[in-house]
Amino acid sequence: MTTLTETHIAAAAPVWRRSALVLAALSAVFATALLVGGRFGLMLAIGLGFGIVLEGLRFGFAGPWRAMILRRDPSGMWAQLLSIGLVTLIALPLIAASQGDLSGAQAPVGFAMIAGAFVFGAAMQVVLGCGSGTLVNAGSGNAVSLVALPFFALGSFAGAYHLFWWTGLGALPVIRFSGWQGVAVTLLGLAAVAALLWKLATPEHRRLPRRLIVAAGLLAALALFNLIVAGQPWGVVYGLGLWVAKAASAAGADFTGSAFWQAPASVARLKQSLLTDYTSLTNIGIVFGAFLVASWRTGGLSQKLPRLPGLAWIAAIVAGFLLGYSSRLAFGCNVGAFFSGISTGSLHGWVWFASAFAGSVYGVKLRPLLKLEPKT
Amino acid sequence: MTRALTATLAVVGLAVIIGLDAAATPPNPYKAPPLLALGSGKAPAGGFCGALPE
Repeated sequence: MTTLTETHIAAAAPVWRRSALVLAALSAVFATALLVGGRFGLMLAIGLGFGIVLEGLRFGFAGPWRAMILRRDPSGMWAQLLSIGLVTLIALPLIAASQGDLSGAQAPVGFAMIAGAFVFGAAMQVVLGCGSGTLVNAGSGNAVSLVALPFFALGSFAGAYHLFWWTGLGALPVIRFSGWQGVAVTLLGLAAVAALLWKLATPEHRRLPRRLIVAAGLLAALALFNLIVAGQPWGVVYGLGLWVAKAASAAGADFTGSAFWQAPASVARLKQSLLTDYTSLTNIGIVFGAFLVASWRTGGLSQKLPRLPGLAWIAAIVAGFLLGYSSRLAFGCNVGAFFSGISTGSLHGWVWFASAFAGSVYGVKLRPLLKLEPKT
Repeated sequence: MTRALTATLAVVGLAVIIGLDAAATPPNPYKAPPLLALGSGKAPAGGFCGALPE
């Protein structure tokens, strides 16, 4: 029989755990601000916010694309478009009005960029985790994402190592939409995609749940804070590659064969603390934020790990590497290219979207073949 | 085994990376930039996946 005292102790345990989680998150932000400066503390806080919103409100990128492909359910994709549109409304005029202290995610469209986005789209459906999704899933205890994440980082480093060779295959000049004209073009494009999804959707799925509207708004606000604080949009993959580059550099690796890693800006960053790299800070925040939410939920981490065959784990490793490598060629992942590219007026964001979605159609078919659907 | 193990591994792994990096390249609070990039008058210099390094 459970006594009254035991009941009180059981009820108090989550309160202590949750208080400790909040205290740890606040301490990490303040420690970062003290160690490297207030701007970097703010960036970690923004990253924590991304992780909390993505995990807490179950806002994703790979999952909604899969839902659209398999079930003709566009709700998650509408939420993505809504969030991108909200950022566009403020980010593009802000960048136009700034005195060069804010920049967008602008990159050229090219052969390698298109192929990279296609491969990324396929790989993200194999592991069911995109750039931000792999971080969120790892933080909330998804074993496949935890295995994929280090190889994602390795792939990002290797992709950057070879990036200039790939861009040399051919690319257009950077094409961007700016100012209020850019806002109009981008919002029209987003509305056209939303309408196409409406037409393709099954009638019972033609609705946008309030949870996703709230998440889209919060994510947009955090992305704008990211731009205002860092001067650059939200990104993921650069930071992952930098972690490997720093480790390799510390081990005495020679980067003379890479135009990317021996560029003066890269050399300078290799000598600086990770805590001064914006994408590293938001990546760290996303993992910790997702962990915080999963630990906060009652039973959030009590789910048993999946029983998967060896082929599935090999697929997770290969797909993880491909996620990192391809996203460098594509000038970003679902965050840096799709979300930030489109919302800051870069044509490459739109091309990335089309190419990655085509890749996702194949990735959805590959996932069960690679035994990544867990046995119950 | 539950997700508690893998989630803890993720967080501890990141903490180890941050710790090792801090030992190799100690943080310097005296080189901190202005709190916000907006209005700072300085061009953004952070690494980004959509940009090639200079």
